[in-house]
Amino acid sequence: MIEIRIHGRGGQGAVTSAELVAIAAIDDGKYAQAFPSFGPERRGAPVAAFIRVSDKPIRTREKVYGPNVVMVLDPSILKIVNVAAGLKEGGTVIINTSKTPEEMAGLLNVKAKIVTVDATKIAMESMGVPITNTTMLGALLKSTGIVSNDALGKAIDKRFGRIAEKNKTAFNRAMTETIVREA
Amino acid sequence: MAKRIGMEVSIAASEAVKLADVDLIAAYPITPQTHIVEHLAEVVADGELDAAFVPVESEHSAMSCCIGSSAAGARTFTASSAQGLALMHEILFIAPAMRLPIVMVVANRSLSGPISIWNDHSDIMAEQDIAWIQTFAENGQEVFDLVLHAFRVAEDSKVLLPVIVNLDGFTLSHVIEPIEILDKAEVDKYLPPYKPKVRLDPRKPVSMGLVGIPEIYTEAKKATNEALINSKKVVLKAWKEFGDLFGRYYNPVESYKTEGAEVILITMGSISETAMTAIDKMREKGLPVGLVRFRLWKPFPSTEFKKAIAGAQTLAVVDRALSPGGACGPVAEEIKAALYAERGRPKVFNFIAGLGGRDVTVENFEEIVSKAFTYAKKRPKQLYEMIGVREI
Repeated sequence: MIEIRIHGRGGQGAVTSAELVAIAAIDDGKYAQAFPSFGPERRGAPVAAFIRVSDKPIRTREKVYGPNVVMVLDPSILKIVNVAAGLKEGGTVIINTSKTPEEMAGLLNVKAKIVTVDATKIAMESMGVPITNTTMLGALLKSTGIVSNDALGKAIDKRFGRIAEKNKTAFNRAMTETIVREA
Repeated sequence: MAKRIGMEVSIAASEAVKLADVDLIAAYPITPQTHIVEHLAEVVADGELDAAFVPVESEHSAMSCCIGSSAAGARTFTASSAQGLALMHEILFIAPAMRLPIVMVVANRSLSGPISIWNDHSDIMAEQDIAWIQTFAENGQEVFDLVLHAFRVAEDSKVLLPVIVNLDGFTLSHVIEPIEILDKAEVDKYLPPYKPKVRLDPRKPVSMGLVGIPEIYTEAKKATNEALINSKKVVLKAWKEFGDLFGRYYNPVESYKTEGAEVILITMGSISETAMTAIDKMREKGLPVGLVRFRLWKPFPSTEFKKAIAGAQTLAVVDRALSPGGACGPVAEEIKAALYAERGRPKVFNFIAGLGGRDVTVENFEEIVSKAFTYAKKRPKQLYEMIGVREI
């Protein structure tokens, strides 16, 4: 079972990105769960969302405390939340930042695969809004391959309708621009 | 077999209501139930469901409207949570007294105050004596299946009682997970159209909901109570038929790894799945521990419960609600009452966990079981214990 924790701020689509991954994983024939951290949802406040993906039925409903993957939609979160808390050995941290994985490795001080992408820039250029969730899914797929490109594309189409294409452009750009640094 | 689709559990609940082809939905939005009736409002507005959607001004009106609708012979649905359910309180007693087969989904949430929108069972445990049939779902598939089962049982001419399907607010209602949705032809095989024996009809006038003078009231209460107790036969039959048709079999009480268990954990609702993971972990370490969970809560499945826990020396009952000033939590209270007359009854220890959205973890269950083993040897001073309380 792979457990993912997504950190973002209210309005950046952390919950939506978790939902899209779970829907795609289930479409791939796997078992999956996605749920928000159920805080008082306020635009701009730190939020978390959780994903579990497994080949077998999932029988736990606690929050994700020991993630395999942590994904950070907003670099400013790093100053106020310990995003790497509980990260499993050999885990992956995916960050929206203009910095390189080497620079981030120094800042985070964790033994992990570090993945970076300038998602805010890509989202602004592709969609004109700093909503980074679908862009960050490109980085997630590139670094983990947790779901099939096909299934995720279908989930994005269904969720976003007429603005799906823009989201897919951002997603595809992230697939090429993401930098992965092995632990 | 239908494909598993990733969907929000709330949406699966409304899809079941849609497939049941209800005639009327009266509801007032309240978190965390909102997505259920929101989706139903959409399917009615989009013409996917030919039903009246009545957006009432309060939950008190929602239940009143449901009673009028059901009395007129319409298949009727509503959903609520916490303060909303509490606002329905006085009307909830009327539905079973009038033998109206209304179905309600309650997305369980803590009652304020302090103000809380998060999950526990304090809302529904404050409604123990309303004489509705009550089931608890532990995952999204069960929510879908239990809603269909609820209509089938409620409208059975041997039952004619309202049914509540409980699901944990947020921790279940807002989760995306794989769910198999039946198609309309399959649902129609299971759920025939509602044919009321008596209904409000100006062409054939009847009186319903009359005064119960002292010469009648006791007998009327006894009759409703007996109808509720006897509904278990239909509850079981409707689950058996559901299983025969769709391959998913349900029981009023479910057991997990109880063979040879010295300590049995007792749970209800979605924490049961986390509890199973905890049981697996403890069994691997060689601890003789199992799990029993209630799917049917009212009428209380006493016989099935006693059978499920037979052989265990100790029960660790997890309550998701506090009964302030009382002897223990509401589930433990029911269990203790059911076991008191039994010879060789097990020791019962009660743990209150997961109040107001506090996460209930695998670790919490390990702590509860470990305490139960200790208390079995040395009786604790307190009658119940709250788990995960932060103390300075």
